[in-house]
Amino acid sequence: MKKSKTARGYFLNTAVIVVLFTAFQFVTEALGSRSSFKLVLAPCLWQCCYLIILAASLNMVLGFLGQLSLGHCGFMAVGAYTAALISLACERAGVFGDKHGAAFVLVLFGCILAAGLLAAVVGLLLGIPALRLKGDYLAIITLGFGMIIVNIINNLPFCGQDGLALGSAAASLYKNGLGFGSKGKVEYLWAAISVTVICLTLMFMFVRSKYGRAIRAIRDDEIAASASGINTSFYKVFTFAYSAFFAGIAGALYACANATLSTASFAFTNGGILNSTFVVVMVVLGGMGSMTGSIVAAVIMFFVNYEIKNGAWVSALPAAVSGVFEYPMLVYALVLIIVIMFRPKGIFGSYEFSLQNLIPDIRAAHAARAAAKAERKEAGSHV
Amino acid sequence: MSEAERIPVLETRKLGISFGGLKAVNDFNIKIYQGELVGLIGPNGAGKTTVFNLLTGVYVPTEGTVMLNGVPLNGKKTYQFVHAGVARTFQNIRLFRDMSVIDNVRAAFTKDIKYNFFDASFRTPRFWNEEKKITEKAMDLLRLCRLDDVAEVPASGLPYGRQRKLEIARALATDMKLLLLDEPAAGMNPTETAELLECINTIRDRFGIAILLIEHDMSLVMNVCQRIQVIDYGQTIASGLPEEIAKNPKVIAAYLGE
Repeated sequence: MKKSKTARGYFLNTAVIVVLFTAFQFVTEALGSRSSFKLVLAPCLWQCCYLIILAASLNMVLGFLGQLSLGHCGFMAVGAYTAALISLACERAGVFGDKHGAAFVLVLFGCILAAGLLAAVVGLLLGIPALRLKGDYLAIITLGFGMIIVNIINNLPFCGQDGLALGSAAASLYKNGLGFGSKGKVEYLWAAISVTVICLTLMFMFVRSKYGRAIRAIRDDEIAASASGINTSFYKVFTFAYSAFFAGIAGALYACANATLSTASFAFTNGGILNSTFVVVMVVLGGMGSMTGSIVAAVIMFFVNYEIKNGAWVSALPAAVSGVFEYPMLVYALVLIIVIMFRPKGIFGSYEFSLQNLIPDIRAAHAARAAAKAERKEAGSHV
Repeated sequence: MSEAERIPVLETRKLGISFGGLKAVNDFNIKIYQGELVGLIGPNGAGKTTVFNLLTGVYVPTEGTVMLNGVPLNGKKTYQFVHAGVARTFQNIRLFRDMSVIDNVRAAFTKDIKYNFFDASFRTPRFWNEEKKITEKAMDLLRLCRLDDVAEVPASGLPYGRQRKLEIARALATDMKLLLLDEPAAGMNPTETAELLECINTIRDRFGIAILLIEHDMSLVMNVCQRIQVIDYGQTIASGLPEEIAKNPKVIAAYLGE
């Protein structure tokens, strides 16, 4: 009986995803030529896609495994450069000419996969020594990694020095590689969205299996986990590498969405949204241990970031208030403080959205709220 | 088979550990046979929990060996001790607090689950079969410890006595040959202790395992243990039947002073 319910849930989810995806394709088809769609919405969706993958993948390490990693954008950088370099090499080798046709799609997905794999290898190499440490020490080591990897990339002759960011190849991605212009972004929006859906599905499957149980056990009590026969070092390193895999894929999508790569955009000092600490903020905001939370928080953070930079209302504000928006970091800090004050476990806590259980979940939440209210009333009447 | 030929489930030879200059446990020898329930008692700070940590690979002994069914376990890690068949509970409860009761038990089955990463990612039939099998086994254990009605509740939401039982259920899930219980009745009221006693007896009868028990509740120890070993300052000062221990002058001196 339980299994048939699970099967029905899978069927329902697949059906809804397919319907939404098809509907979305039609919308893209219909609106694709409008400039507002082409210049605003499509690039925004691309950004949301890689931010969602990035936040969800960090949640595996931070929320499910319980280890603070501050170098997640480092893996993203590895993925972005891998994808970009492979696509450039393919173009030079003549595998694809313009950005159409089966050959290009194949190269596109190949690059995305390769980016994930290389990032996973880097994650493995970092994870084996680093995960012997815990808490603050691990945070410092991963923080260091995030800084070092940027410098390494900068100093590799074929990617930094005279490659993708500087010199003659400044716009090379857009011209010769993966980078999509506004038209390409609309045309290949389906690729970004399907990659995101696949990544999220794989992550869900991971956390809802023996792997997820093992890493949540490690998060709750590492000593008890090893006393229950769980090989803690294996599961920790494995999860770390798997999380790096998805960060690499997010990096590949980033490379697709940009005409040029610069290591500065992955650096720790970057004031924009691509900064390892912001990814941590997204995860905490959404709720550690809730994939739904990471998805929602990534979109919210993106929206806040976008509005601060582009919103017309910001300039309409009185000078004293709008001054705050000159320093976006302050705004993120405020958002985080407000959320933590009112929802200490993040927006979603550890709740997962489920189509099938949506109505019962809402009812349960209502009942719980009513019960809490009644209790408060009763406590008040006794005073 | 004669007594001399039987291989003990647990045997330690001259087990000892020093922290710096302090010999926390010294020359600890014990033999436990299948189906036996042995008590390990001693005053506070005598080194009982240290012995447990040595027997589970949390501490690496500075001298001596631990042997399980005649196989030495030197240099193994904690999870490898568990794979070999040693399970334990903790003095201060260590549950996976934010996981549901049944997930606590299922997590302890991790080493027995046969599916691999591919099966988990793509939900192959093998995944479903294994999960179903594990869930059924976990429910069995919960039923045994009378926890089946709270299977979906987070472990931190259970009352104290039931958390203790859940810890035992989780230990049972590792399919062990030797169960180490570290003060299972600590902080329990008499009713809860009686229930626990029943649970321990059921486990021993049903699984035929060896149990080593640390306990301060003397009535519990005297009631259930077949043999008792007493340690003080890391040294074994007496071992034998409960009645002998109760009369042993050295034990009385250690507990009450001379």
